[in-house]
This record gives sequence, C-alpha cells and structure tokens, in this order.
Amino acid sequence: MAEVTYLEALRDGLAEEMARDERVLILGEDVGSYGGAFKVTEGFQQRFGAERVIDTPIAETAIVGTAAGAAHMGFRPVCEMQFIDFISCAYSILTNYVATARYRAGLATPLVVRGPAGGYVRGGPFHSQNPEAAFLHTPGLKIVAPATARDAKGLIKAAIRDEDPVLYFEHKYLYRRIKETLPEDEEILTPIGQARIARDGRDLSILTWSAMLWKSLEAAELLEREDGLAVEVIDLRTLLPLDDEAIVAAVKRTNRVLIVHEDTRTGGVAGEITARINELAFEWLDAPVKRICAHDVPLPYAPTLEDFVLPQVQDIVKGCRWLAGY
Amino acid sequence: MARIDVVMPQMGESIAEGTLSKWLKRVGDPVKRDEPIFEISTDKVDAEIPAPAAGVLAEILVQEGQTVAVQTVVARLETDAGAAAASAAPKPATSAPAPAPSAGQAPDSERAAAVVPAPAPSPSPGAKVAAPPAAPKPAPAAATAPAAESLEDRLRRKSTPLVRKIAADHNLDLTAIPGSGMAGRVTKNDILAYLESGLAAPAPAPADGPVTRPTDRPAVPDLTVGPGVRVVPGPVVEPWEGDRVEPWSRIRKLTADHMVMSRRVSAHVQSLIEVDYSRIATLRAKRKADYAERGVHLTFLAFIASAVARNLRKHPVLNAAVMGENTLYRREVNLGIAVAMDWGLIVPVIRRADELNLLGIARAINDLAERARAKKLSPDEVQKGTFTITNPGVFGTFVGLPVLNQPQSGILAVGAIGKRPAVLTGPDGSDSIAIRTQGMLALSFDHRIVDGADADRFLADLRATLQEFPEESI
Repeated sequence: MAEVTYLEALRDGLAEEMARDERVLILGEDVGSYGGAFKVTEGFQQRFGAERVIDTPIAETAIVGTAAGAAHMGFRPVCEMQFIDFISCAYSILTNYVATARYRAGLATPLVVRGPAGGYVRGGPFHSQNPEAAFLHTPGLKIVAPATARDAKGLIKAAIRDEDPVLYFEHKYLYRRIKETLPEDEEILTPIGQARIARDGRDLSILTWSAMLWKSLEAAELLEREDGLAVEVIDLRTLLPLDDEAIVAAVKRTNRVLIVHEDTRTGGVAGEITARINELAFEWLDAPVKRICAHDVPLPYAPTLEDFVLPQVQDIVKGCRWLAGY
Repeated sequence: MARIDVVMPQMGESIAEGTLSKWLKRVGDPVKRDEPIFEISTDKVDAEIPAPAAGVLAEILVQEGQTVAVQTVVARLETDAGAAAASAAPKPATSAPAPAPSAGQAPDSERAAAVVPAPAPSPSPGAKVAAPPAAPKPAPAAATAPAAESLEDRLRRKSTPLVRKIAADHNLDLTAIPGSGMAGRVTKNDILAYLESGLAAPAPAPADGPVTRPTDRPAVPDLTVGPGVRVVPGPVVEPWEGDRVEPWSRIRKLTADHMVMSRRVSAHVQSLIEVDYSRIATLRAKRKADYAERGVHLTFLAFIASAVARNLRKHPVLNAAVMGENTLYRREVNLGIAVAMDWGLIVPVIRRADELNLLGIARAINDLAERARAKKLSPDEVQKGTFTITNPGVFGTFVGLPVLNQPQSGILAVGAIGKRPAVLTGPDGSDSIAIRTQGMLALSFDHRIVDGADADRFLADLRATLQEFPEESI
C-alpha cells in the first residue's frame, strides 16, 4: 500500500501499461525529455526509450493523426494534449476521422487522448476548459473523467486496453490535491461505462464527475450537518457511454436529482442527462431535474470572477435546498 | 396591476406557524427577486425570506412579532412586469389571474435560485415542539391560490410525476392531501404520509371501473423508508414452467399495501377470550323466526356487533386512532364488518352502530354483505370505520389473529361457535361438566395507544354483555 496523488496514480497507470504491453506509445508536446508540462510522463523516455515516448511538434492534429495511423498498424498510442483546451485543434481528425474509422473502413483505432482539464487554478479561458460536451455528440468516441486517484489509474489503464478511441479528461486541480492509498499488488481497472455511488443518501441525488465530485461531497456533508438532509452523490466517471442504469436507479431511489458540472450550462452534459431522465424515469420524479454549472461565459482571468463563474460548494448547497424544498 | 402574495413559508414538515420577527423592507420599497424582505423564526429555524418576484412592497399585512399559520399572506408585492403588462394591454378584470406566489419560480433560471429554505430536520426528542398542529391541516394553497385557478391548474401545480403516479395507483384525490412543498405542492413524502395515516380509505373496486394498468414493477417499491430503517428487499420471484401469473386487481393491490403498511405502523398485540354463547343461542333460536319474518337473518355476529358497539362507548381508546403524536378519540362508533368476496376483501361500515338496536344491526349486516357481494356499495359505505369485526369462524376456524384496519386501534376476530364441554360450578360449589355453546374472540389492538389492561377490560366487559345479553333488547 502506498499513498499516491491523483497525478501519480495516472502516471503509474500509464507506466504499468507501457511495461505490460510494448505496443503502448506516448506522443505529445514535451512529454519526452521534459517529462510533460505537468510531469505526468516524467522519466518515461529514459525508461521506455524515445521510440515509445515521442516528443511532437506543437500540432494537435498531427499528434492525433499520427496516433490514429499507429493505432491502425497495431499500436496503442496515448496522446497528451498539454492543456485539454487545445484538443479543439484536433477536433476534425477526432470527429471526422478517428470516430468514424471503424464504421467507414473497419479500422480499429485503439488510441487515447488525454490531458489536463478544468479550472479553479486561475488559468483563464485557454487553460481551464472542460471539453466533454463538444465530443459527447460524436458517436464512435468514449469519454472518461476520473475524480479519484483510484479511477485516475483504473480508467487510464481501461482506456488504453479499450479497442476504441477514448478521450480521458483528467482534472488539473486534482493532480496534487487528491491523495489516496492504493494497493500495489492489485491491478486496478475501472470499467468504462460504470458510475459509482460515492455517498449514500435518501433525500436527493447529485450526479457529477471529476473535480465537482469533491465539491458535491463537501456540500452533502454540510447539508447533513445543517439541514439534516441525506444527499446521495454519484460519480459518473464515464460520460460516453453514460451509465443509464445507474442514473435511473438514482432517480428511483431519491426522486430528486441535481446535476453538477464544471462546464458551462448551455449544451452541457447535464442537458443530455436530464433528457434521458425524462425519457427513462419521468414518472419517478418528485421535482424538476436541476443543474448547477458554470455561467455561460469564457472563464475569466480575475480570481474573483473565476470564483463567481465556476460552481462553488455554496451553489450546490443552495441547489440542493431548493430541490429538497420543492 | 398585478399584485402577488407573499406568504409565510412552511419551514419544515411539522411546522404549522411562524413568527414574523423583522421587516427588512418598508411599504413602497422596491425589491429585487430573491432579495430578503423579512425575517421569520419558527421553533426550528430562523430565516430571511426572499421576495418571490421583483417589484415594490405594496402592503404589509402581518406586523413584526405576530405569529401566523404557514401560507398566511404576510405582504403583497406590486410586480413591475404586471404593472407594465396592465398598462400596455388592459384586460377585463375577470381574466389575468395573478401567478401563484412562488410557484412561478423557474427552477433553472439561475443557479443560486434558492427560494425556499430546505425543511429543517425533524426535532430531536428533547426539542421544543409546537402545540399540536390544527388537524387536519388545511390545504395551504387554498389560502393563497387566485380564485380564478381551475381545479386542473391546481392539480398541475400541486403534483409531480411521481406523486401523480402514486395518486393514480391508490386512487387518491390530490386536492385533499396537505402539501408541504413549495406553494403547497404535494410531495412524495406528503402522499406517502397520507397513505400511512390511513386517511386514504380504500374505495371499493367498482364492478366495471377502469382497469388498472398491469405492471410488472411495484408501484412504490423503495420509497417507504424512514430514517434509520434498513431496507431489506423482498425476494426475487420468478415463475417456473407451467406456472400461472395473475396481475393484481386494484382491490388485491390495495389490500396488500394496506396490510403491509398496517403491520409496519402499528404495534400489534392480541388478546383472546372465551365466551359462553349458550344464552345467546337460546335467544337466537327463540327469535330467529320473528326476525326472518321481517326479512332479517339473525346471526351470532349481530349479537356480537351489538355488544361491541355498546362496549366501545365505555372503552373509547378502542374506538380511536393515532394522529401524529396524538390519540384521536372518535365521536361516532362506526363498525366495519369484514366481508369476504370471491375476488377479495371489503369492509363495509355500519354508521353509528351504537345507536341501532339488534334488529337494526342485524339488518345492516345482512344488507351490507349482500350489496358488497353484488358490488353495489357506495364509496361512503366503506369509509369512516372506527373499529372492525372480522368473522373467520364461519369457516370453522377456532379463532384468527387479525391485522389492524388502519388507522383504527382495534379489530375483533370471531372464532367458530359450537358446542363444547365446559366445567360449571353450581351454587353449592359442586363442579359438573356440561355441554355449552362457546367460542373464542380475539382482539388485535395497537399497543401504541391501547395498553393490555385496556384491551382486557374491554374483552371482559364484552364477554359479560354477551353472556348476559338482555332479552328485552331483542
């Protein structure tokens, strides 16, 4: 047993897969000799060689395109976006090429695109985004977003082993803030497509993922203390495909649902989840589905404004109180 | 000009009133939506109450320090939007009902739209509790709903999909259920509490009424969970080859739910007593023909019902119900008589049974049983029972131990009546064995309000009445 940070758990997961399977490659800007902007791949080039840990030009389309070709040839490449905001530069190749390759040409494309997402770090509009909604709409992709160190490790390993392209959105705020003791003698694999109940409660359910899990848990504790409310918190972990079964089960258990995400409101993943609840469990609702999200603006540089725009614990508390009183 | 009401909010399920502690705005002050306009204190919480809409504080109806019932209108707001609309397009006075206060809060208009504070946690045993709430709680929405609101609108505002489903499954009238949610909305907890309270007497299954939707999932499988109660799921049952699956009828479902609910909410205890019916057997044999001439079948059950009705007057705790943390003593003695039908069980009620003589009771029993089997009972003939008698003895059963018919505090089962050897002690103290007509009576009672001594005194008095049944009253 050893205590590892979220970032170390991710690093260990990557290293284990590289050691286990020599088809696993890493590509990205500064991932090699520098060890990555956040040092996720520190020491990898020395350990696995420059042929498997490849420094690339600053060209996200080229990174993903190269990886797609390698994947077709039997490799299992992992692309790092230095900040996940720049995955938008690879939007076309991911949605037009990678996501459709199996359908168009019967080509397996087992690649992973990963990178640091999310705010709360004063990163401003180019270094704080949560791009999941932009890809949720693309059949052929899978999207995961770990909140815990265990899942950081378990989901990167599952993503690398998956036969289809997986987008892995890690949260930079959690990198060194989340620590967890993980067993060393057990292989940690988190199944893609399975949510997890992070906290039991009977009064209402919060559906969330990534960094918002921790804010939701904090809100739930506060509500238990101050209001006597028992709030269930569900960590979705995988956003595509969504775990409908877990979502419907939560609705049937508590009949009141709050969706919390860090991404902006309009067109966000919460809208899709709400629609599914309407389709699958309308008669089990005792209140409208409510969502707590970022305001619909580019994320400001100013710390006070960033705090205002992004969901905070108090916003979640207020949302829960509204739902509970409905 | 649109004026909307600002009401005393309900700050918790058991809170019936609140004290307006301070006005934060004066008449004429402009207020923004969600801006605190007054402070309240209840026995559970103190809170600032936000404005349900933007506007100008037009009237203050409750002064600082005054305590009023929840949903009482404490102020009126002149809304900007309303005033603007009125000047732009004047409408006839009869139209344009004002929006229901606080019901217009769009849930998603902003993420900090906390309008009504969450219900406070239940009071701990030592906590100060308000005086018993006036019961039954008035439907709070009625106080503030605009007069023009139709029943349909009100239903729509007062229910959510889940609540409507539960109401449909149990054939309940939502408008009759007090709501604790925002704007008096009936929540899941409200409707479940209502079902548990037993106020929802099951309506008889109409002969050719609407067919219930066959459903393969229980209506409310995991909702009836109280705090600290561990839910043990029922067994998973699967049909084997050749088995027959019959979806529940409405009456089956109502019975099933009611029985499980009853077992859960009441502390069932049973006492049994043996009664010597020899005197009644004689009286019955003597008068049976007279009764038959009047079209009435004189049964042992009629004697028992008559004796029960009389004794319930003397033992009111068995003609009672539990209402919250109160005992509700019923003024009327309304005897339910369980009637087994081929398709289920129903309990028609003899209203004011203590005011009927034996003939009246015998006739009522005959009549209700006949009409129950002919599906000709009206809904009010199965409601408002205060005590129930069931008669498993007709099948020869020695006695049965019945489940309480909620919310009643007692139910009597009549065992088979027949000739048995009994030891009699003569005036001289000598014992002899005689053939006597005897039978058992079993009383199930709710130990929450009925103690063993209460129940046993009732049974002893009942036996005495039966064994010394006055001939002149026949």
